[in-house]
Amino acid sequence: MSGFAFDPCEKCEQMMQPFLDRVLTEEERLEAEEHLAGCAYCAKRYRFEAEFRSFVRLAISEPMSPELKAKLSALRTPL
Amino acid sequence: MSDPKPESSPRQLAEDARDRVRFEEEALELSDQVYQVARRLSGSREEAEDLVQDTYARAFRAWRSFQPGTNLRAWLFRILTNLNIDRGRKIQRTPDQQPLEENDYFLYNRLEESTGDGNADEQRIVERLSQNDAVTALADLPHDFRDVVLLVDLADFSYSDAAQILGIPIGTVMSRLHRGRRMLKQDLAESAVEES
Repeated sequence: MSGFAFDPCEKCEQMMQPFLDRVLTEEERLEAEEHLAGCAYCAKRYRFEAEFRSFVRLAISEPMSPELKAKLSALRTPL
Repeated sequence: MSDPKPESSPRQLAEDARDRVRFEEEALELSDQVYQVARRLSGSREEAEDLVQDTYARAFRAWRSFQPGTNLRAWLFRILTNLNIDRGRKIQRTPDQQPLEENDYFLYNRLEESTGDGNADEQRIVERLSQNDAVTALADLPHDFRDVVLLVDLADFSYSDAAQILGIPIGTVMSRLHRGRRMLKQDLAESAVEES
């Protein structure tokens, strides 16, 4: 494998995480978007990644109990 | 520590009390987010609740060291992650040295392959993953990696905020995030394929 991604899909794959993290430069972002507009293969995998991130976030989220909330409020300095 | 200085005027005292109340209210508004991360740093709900209470107790004692106008959320999470390290993490085995998948599409590709349906849409593919497997996979991440994944992917901190919170260079945040996410995916891919 060469050190450079000549395959546009490979390049697009490498840009997926930084794209979704919104840390690409403007130029890189446009490059990725241009490729995604014409490539169903990559577009599907980007959409999956976004879905996957929401899935993980939801899966690992557990609401705080009202009891804990009350205990935290009670830690405030009395007036 | 939070007692006003003896020479304070009544007016200063009143301002001081008002600032403190505002600080405490603002900190409490963030408690859901603090709990969410604490829960995944801890092995149980009880442990997480203790950790959050310790975090707020310390934050309220140290409120004067918070610089108004700076990032309160990051300040609170720094207390949380420091306390979590202080309380002594369980000894963990060294992370598996198994090679990680080198590409970023592999989770999708693996799931699609084992679905045997080339036309399945991405929502159906993601539905093959189980919530419990996600919780377990995250708990199994080496702690240094999990800290970063939680701060960025659950608490939505930027790389640089995560670096400040954890007191590590931004490059380390990026490499741990990158590796942590891949470990998580590899683990989930294996569980999903086994279950099918």
